Formats: sequence, C-alpha cells, structure tokens
Amino acid sequence: MKRIDELFKKKKDKILNMYCTAGFPHLEDTLNVMKALQENGADIIELGMPYSDPLADGPVIQHSNTVALQNGMTIKKLFEQLSGLRKPNSALSDGSIAIPVLLMGYMNPILQYGFEKFCSDASTLGVDGLIIPDLPEYEYETEYGSTIKKYGLDFVFLVTPETSEERVRKLDQLSTGFLYAVSSSSTTGKDQNMTDVKKHLQNLKRLKLKNPILVGFGIKDKQSFDAACEDANGAIIATAFIKALEGADDIGKTTKNFLNAS
Amino acid sequence: MRTAKQIENSAHKSYASPNDQGYYGKFGGAYIPEMLHRNVEELRSRYLDIIYEEGFQKEFRELLKDYAGRPTPLYFAGRLSERYGAKIFLKREDLCHTGAHKINNTIGQILLAQRLGKKRIIAETGAGQHGVATATVCALKGVECIVYMGEKDIERQAPNVARMKMLGATVIPATSGSKTLKDATNEAIRDWINNPNDTHYIIGSVVGPHPYPDMVARFQSVISEEIRWQLNEKTGGEIPTHVIACVGGGSNATGAFYHFLDEPSVRLIAVEAAGQGLDTGYSAATTALGRPGILHGSKSLVMQTQDGQVTEPHSISAGLDYPGIGPLPAYLFDSGRAKFLSATDQEALEAAFELAKLEGIIPALESAHALAKLRYLSAVALSPRAEIAKQDEEFLFDRDSVVIICLSGRGDKDMAAYMKKMENEK
Repeated sequence: MKRIDELFKKKKDKILNMYCTAGFPHLEDTLNVMKALQENGADIIELGMPYSDPLADGPVIQHSNTVALQNGMTIKKLFEQLSGLRKPNSALSDGSIAIPVLLMGYMNPILQYGFEKFCSDASTLGVDGLIIPDLPEYEYETEYGSTIKKYGLDFVFLVTPETSEERVRKLDQLSTGFLYAVSSSSTTGKDQNMTDVKKHLQNLKRLKLKNPILVGFGIKDKQSFDAACEDANGAIIATAFIKALEGADDIGKTTKNFLNAS
Repeated sequence: MRTAKQIENSAHKSYASPNDQGYYGKFGGAYIPEMLHRNVEELRSRYLDIIYEEGFQKEFRELLKDYAGRPTPLYFAGRLSERYGAKIFLKREDLCHTGAHKINNTIGQILLAQRLGKKRIIAETGAGQHGVATATVCALKGVECIVYMGEKDIERQAPNVARMKMLGATVIPATSGSKTLKDATNEAIRDWINNPNDTHYIIGSVVGPHPYPDMVARFQSVISEEIRWQLNEKTGGEIPTHVIACVGGGSNATGAFYHFLDEPSVRLIAVEAAGQGLDTGYSAATTALGRPGILHGSKSLVMQTQDGQVTEPHSISAGLDYPGIGPLPAYLFDSGRAKFLSATDQEALEAAFELAKLEGIIPALESAHALAKLRYLSAVALSPRAEIAKQDEEFLFDRDSVVIICLSGRGDKDMAAYMKKMENEK
C-alpha cells in the first residue's frame, strides 16, 4: 500500500504536514530538517524544490528559495542528498525517513530536468507524491498525469473557496493521496480569517470527497492548526516554520521547540 | 472599411489564433496556480464576447482615435530609403499618446476591466512605458492603479516613475529576486492572487497565461490593420514585402505582423536585443539563447540555467530586457514564419543616431533595434556592409521592396543613454 494511503488509514485526524525548503538554511541541512521533523511529530513532509520565480509563494518562502539557490541547490543535488532517504543507517546517523515525503515545486525546473526522468528518479528514491501548483488539470490530463501515475507517485491538486463544486469534484477525482485546501485570496504566509477557512472546509466536507483534506496557507501555530483540524483531516505548516529556521544554529533544537510550541 | 471582426475572420487561423487551451503549436497554455483559476477562467470565457461587442468596439475605436491619436501615420522615410535602397515606411507608433504603442492595449484592457466590474487595476512595468500607459487609462477612467516595478528599474527610470505618480498611480517596488521586470511581473501576479475579486491585471505584452497573449495581440493588431489601408493609399497595394519590428515580449511585433501572418509573401523579421553580444552573458535574445520552458503562466522560450532557473537578461533597452517571449512569437520562430535576428546595444545606439540625423526622428532604443538591421538586410552595396548569413539571404531587400518598420516608441525616455554616447564621442 502507498505510504500516504497507509497513513490516512491509520490516522484520521490531526495529520501534521510540515513544509521545508530543500537546501535551506544551508545546502546540507535538507535531511537534518526532515529528520528533526519526523522525530518531533510530523506525519508528512512537503519538501520544496527551490525556484527563481515561485509565483504562489509569499516573501518568506520566496526568500528561502533564493537562499537555497544561492547555496547551490538543484534537483540533481537534491536527489543526491535523498539517496539515503529510505535506507536505514545511510546518510542519517540513526535511521531513515519513514513518513511520507512529497516534493513541491514549479514546472520549469522539472521540465529542464526531464519530466519522466524526474518522476522515475523521485520514485526510485522513495518519494511518495508531487505538488506542482502551476501544473493545471488540462495539461495533467492530456500530457503529464500518465507519467506521474506510471511511476506510482501521488499527485495532489489544490482547491480554493472559489473553486466551483464541479471543479472540486474533478480535482478530487484526479488527485491521489489527499486534496490540498487553500484560501483563494492568498500567497503563502498571509494571515487568514479562520471563520472563512472554516466555512470553506465545511463546504468541502459536505461534498463527501474521495480524498482526505489537508488545509494549507495561514496555519502557523497550535491554535490555527487545531481550528483547521476541526473540519479537515489535518493541516500544513510552512511559512511559520521557515521563519523559525531562518538563522537557526541548531536545526534539531529549533524544530523541536517549534513543534512543541505549536 | 472592414470591421475588426471581418479582419479577424480573415486572419490565418493556424498562426494568429491559438486553440481553445491557448496553444500556438506547442507554446502557450495557462500554467497557473489554482488561486488564479477563477479570474483567468472568467477572462477566457468572456474576452471575445466583450471585445467584439458593438458598444465596446465603438468606445475602443473612439478612444484610439480621439485620445491616443490614431491612426498613427505611415511615413515614407525618403532619406532612409535612399541610403538603404528600398521603399522604407515607418509606422509611427511613437506618435501615440504616452509615446509608444503600449496604449493600444491598455485602452482595450481598461474597457474590458470596466465591463468585468473590476474596480482596481494592477500592472507590471520594466522601463515604465507600460506602467505610464496603464496609469494614463486609469486616470482617464478614474480607477485605482497599482504598478509593480523592479527596485532597480525604479532607480534607472526616474522620469517614468514620476509620470506614473503624477497620473495618480501607486508605484510599488519589487524587491524579490533580481528586482527587475520579471520580478515585477511575479509581484503583480501575487497581488492578483491576494485580491481575486475586485482586481484586473493589465499585462503589458503578449505574454502570460491564456487568454492574455491572444487578447493583447488583438488589441495591438490595430497597427497592421492600419498599415494595410495606409499602404494601399500610398502605393496602390496593401501588401509590403517586409515588416520589421523589435521583440522583447513581442507586443509591437505581434501588432505589426498580425494581419500579414496569412500573407506568405510578406517576410516578417523580428529583432531581439543581443545586448553586449550573444555570447557575452549579457544578452536578452531569447530565441537565440533560450529553451522551451514555463514563465509567467505560459509555455514558451525562456532564458534559463541548465537547472531551469530563470536568468537575468541584459539589454541597453529596458523594454527588451525580458528573459522570455510571448507564445505567438515563439511559435513564429519555431515554425519559421518569422525570421529572428538580433542587434547589439551598440548597433541600436548607432541606428538611433542615424534616424535622428536622416529623418529628424529620435526613436526609442527598442525601436532602434529594428532599424539597426536595415544595413544587414540591404542588398544595395553599402560600405561597410556586414556579411549576410546564407540562411538570411532570402530576407534581403532591394529597390523594388516595400519595407515597413514598426517605430514602436519615441526616444525621449532614452535621452540619458543618447547623451552618454555623445559624451563618449567628444
């Protein structure tokens, strides 16, 4: 069974999906951050692949992308780092990453790497799924989706409060793993009106979709995480954690403090 | 006179019109995050009905005439013609209100925004020409206007920043990434994501997600629509042998080529900015240096690293200083329908001074790139004359040729660069 499906089978609520940027704050921090997240209660890791023009992201994640690129991060480099992802006692001192890992990134660097090679390599390394915000459903259906499926990767679409019911159903049908519910009116890292988020989630709940729902954008602490989890299977924390990592000396300690405070 | 609809129907479908999903060949599409879907879908489903509605066309045509000063003259440049041995006509977009062709598009889009019920306008700008054209139509219609401009460009283009402010616009510096046009475009798109209900984004070129490239192309197509009847008045024939235009994103070239795309006898020549030279690392010639990729919502040619990170281009002309190109120009390049050449900073500067001295017209640096290729394409012996590449020989012109050059803008904004050149030559 796929790792993500297995997770949602075992755990129905309060799923914590943590975002981090590969190669941030330092080039070699990728696995340390992932390990610290796993040790401190993350259920899923969404690993961002840095891009020069991340359209859907606010200033904090943009900055982490810029820093990671300056550090020398590339998809090729990332895949080298991830060579020990699922192998116990390899790159990691005391074990491997057992929780699901999704790669999040934009189309252009993936196209240059080679779309099929990207899917094949990611799958071989033990990556579970992809989130590509600028891969729209038409191109997914006509060109890229079959390749993603061929290599057994999950693909997660985003839905917003402005996404029509018909379209939500379609995106749910196309998605595997889970569905990513975001606020329509926001790049990452903006404060959200939780009442509006709640309404959005309750609407989604009513549709009885096939996928579990994780809420992204605007989740920054225990309070907003708990509020989001009332009407969804879990939530994604990104910007607040990247902010905490900025300038952190001790990745383990910073991550521990962040997740325990959250 | 034919109506816009009739002209649009006569245009070659395979070149001028994208398919339903916004593809010209393999280029185009709408690679946007879901947060933009509703806005872009609203535009896609309504733009054609709105812009071909009778009331819209009436208001659009009236504003182009009485406000922007159209039709712009098609001027027979006698001394330039004598020098290069052809009948050379300049399409005088530099005489448009605000000094460039950009206003054709912003007039169209502000009328569209009003019909969509939008109360707030955002735009990106590089040199400030599109920002000024947007601020102008917003003032005209009393609509709030926010222009994103790279922090570096704000420093370089102070007079245009002042013009936008005087017109009532708010200019917001883009401080992310390389702090230039591509980042200003990113910021405008992010603004649109954050303000999905009341805001329309006026993109300044034939770039962005479908339907922007097609919509901007249609608004700019007035340039070639006029060229046809004006040329007929002057020469008794509507069809030139050559049309030459500069290309950054490609809006003036698209406008100048549009109604000739289905006339295979017309040689279409697009001139990109080679910057300091194609192989110097300081260039903006996207078709020469780019590869297929995705930037700002469409698949096209993009200047980028091996790893797919978008690179910073260079050109003396801020309007051509963009690492991408619209999907329609990319398709014209890919299919061979248009010939793409490039001119260096230095060649553009020299061409600007030549036009000033021969015709009494100071062109924008962008337009000077198109002028700079006259020497290269002239079959009449000139000294010194560049060697022409074998594959370019069919694009040579001679005394029987009728050559149209799109003079996309005037040179006032470039006086600092021109003064520097004069200073250096003292």
